[in-house]
Amino acid sequence: MKASRMAALAAAILIAGCGTQTGNKPGQGASALQVTGAGSTFVYPVLSAWAADYKARSGTSVNYQSIGSGGGISQVEAGTVDFGATDQPLKSDELAKNNLAQFPVIVGGIVPVVNIAGLDAGKLRLTGPLLADIYEGKIKNWNDPALVKINPGVPLPNAAIATVHRSDGSGTTFNFTHYLSQVSPAWKSGPGEGKTVAWVGGVGGKGNEGVAAYVKQLPNSLGYVEYAYVMQNHMTFALLQNSAGNFVAPSAAAFAAAAATADWKNAQDFNLVMTNAPGAQAYPIAASTFILLPRRPKDKAKSDAAVAFFKYAFEKGQQQANKLDYVPLPADLVQRIESYIAAKVK
Amino acid sequence: MNPTFAHEPELAAAPVARSGAGADRVFGLVTAGAAWLVLLLLGAAALSMAWGGRLAFETFGWRFVTSSEWDAVGGHFGAFVPIVGTLVTSAIALIVAVPVSIGIALFLTDIAPRWSRGPIAIAIELLAAIPSIIYGMWGLFVFAPFMAAHVEPWLSSKLGPLPLIGALFTGPPIGIGMLTAGIVLGIMVIPFISSIAREVFSAVPTALKESAIALGSTRWEILSRVTLPYTRSAIIGAIFLGLGRALGETMAVTFVLGNAHDLSISLLMPSNSIAAAIANEFTEADTDLYRSSLIALGFLLFVVTLVVLTIAKLLLLRVNRQLGRTH
Repeated sequence: MKASRMAALAAAILIAGCGTQTGNKPGQGASALQVTGAGSTFVYPVLSAWAADYKARSGTSVNYQSIGSGGGISQVEAGTVDFGATDQPLKSDELAKNNLAQFPVIVGGIVPVVNIAGLDAGKLRLTGPLLADIYEGKIKNWNDPALVKINPGVPLPNAAIATVHRSDGSGTTFNFTHYLSQVSPAWKSGPGEGKTVAWVGGVGGKGNEGVAAYVKQLPNSLGYVEYAYVMQNHMTFALLQNSAGNFVAPSAAAFAAAAATADWKNAQDFNLVMTNAPGAQAYPIAASTFILLPRRPKDKAKSDAAVAFFKYAFEKGQQQANKLDYVPLPADLVQRIESYIAAKVK
Repeated sequence: MNPTFAHEPELAAAPVARSGAGADRVFGLVTAGAAWLVLLLLGAAALSMAWGGRLAFETFGWRFVTSSEWDAVGGHFGAFVPIVGTLVTSAIALIVAVPVSIGIALFLTDIAPRWSRGPIAIAIELLAAIPSIIYGMWGLFVFAPFMAAHVEPWLSSKLGPLPLIGALFTGPPIGIGMLTAGIVLGIMVIPFISSIAREVFSAVPTALKESAIALGSTRWEILSRVTLPYTRSAIIGAIFLGLGRALGETMAVTFVLGNAHDLSISLLMPSNSIAAAIANEFTEADTDLYRSSLIALGFLLFVVTLVVLTIAKLLLLRVNRQLGRTH
């Protein structure tokens, strides 16, 4: 019958794939493999750009479905996909329980954006604790003394601050609230950190595009969006004070500085959220997406193909990442990840 | 339809006889099957949602319905805000849509020049074919700024100081909130109500209307004393259909409602609706209790719809009994 013939064909391909995979040369043997992944929407644009390029080079097609981090985790745990992607790293015991390996794949940043008439991008200065106080409703007006003090010469209106947050559960919100929890004890014991939290007032926009649209339309509003949206929509971003005390603008260099100075060495299974990184030029809300791979894959050929794909992405994918306003991982982190994968994924 | 068909399944297997009776029975069975299948699916959907939401109902009990707290980090979920938001936006939608729809239907059946009826009717029905996300984007990019700049400042300055209803129109005019969402929903519901209303209005016997004209009735008197009483049941049915659509609408509401789990009496403030909350939060609902709470929300939407439609149906029965059936 047709079905059994298909199965035989698939088996033949898998055997062929296994035979040549040890050479680790893309472009041979693994030609008809299809690797599937699911999870984070944040990483989707760059993953699909890589996948298109990788298919042209090696013949392996990588099919990624951006169903959200939660979905990605449960799919890879259930074994229905070859890899998952999550914006919130899993703890080592959770990884061990489901026999998963985890590593970061790309860096991005989350940027506070404002809509104040007559204010240019990069002029307003904010600190983490002030940002938390504004989102908690403790600072209600733009001309609050605390804001005026760190913004000498900036024309701040006597108007209420309209806060905008994400209405959908998202890794962006997770990283943003993780940062606020780090810098503000009141935030940590209040709304806390999560993909959705109990916001105090404000309006919720769906997706980055929803928040960007609300901020553009509501006068005197403040929101937070991913870096790419700031660039593409030419939004008025604010400078943010990092843990070294410098006010930094969001940029690829500032995110890279955060990734380089974050304490990966002591993070077991790369379970690290990069917010509030210590570097002098580090951007305080840098974020990463993490790939989840089974440590003992059912289908070795596919797992190897997935590993080869990410190896390619780390080594050759920087250009596509930069073009899409993501930041590639620093070289020593890539090395650390590659030896981690070699040790964990068998 | 004869219900005994349902008890004679062997007839379905019998070769279709040349006689009409056999074919008729098969036909009866098929239609009965289709009708019961809908009921079965509805029951199964309700049961599976209640089952999926059991963890939330067990954990919170009645507080799930009465609490307005929604805190995914702390694991406290209460559906009061989305329930209120759903009911309020749907009510605004009907207040907007019913008069407009009946006006459209009346214009098209009685007043419009004959040549223009077809094109206008088609245009209105095409409104129903616009995907709801387009309404949402229009609401967000065009209508909400218009409301913020022109309508809401006027409302809060003119109506805000009034006693009682004033509280409904207070707050900053941000253009995003229950009023905007209700009006957008109303526009989406218009084609559903108006196309049914047009059909039933044109089914009113000409003799009745001509008699009224002969007695010297004005257009308004014909509408209120002949057309509306004659078509009352069908019009209320059309409104139910629009209401069902408004209660369950997701995408357009998500864009303009503000998606905030805050309880506010003012219609100008952001709120949340059941369908919007599920659509927003389901993908990243990563704890069992969170996911269960969202499924329980779905079950509550089902219950809310059932309650609203039952109340409306009872109201209709009472009105019919009081007025006596005239047709």
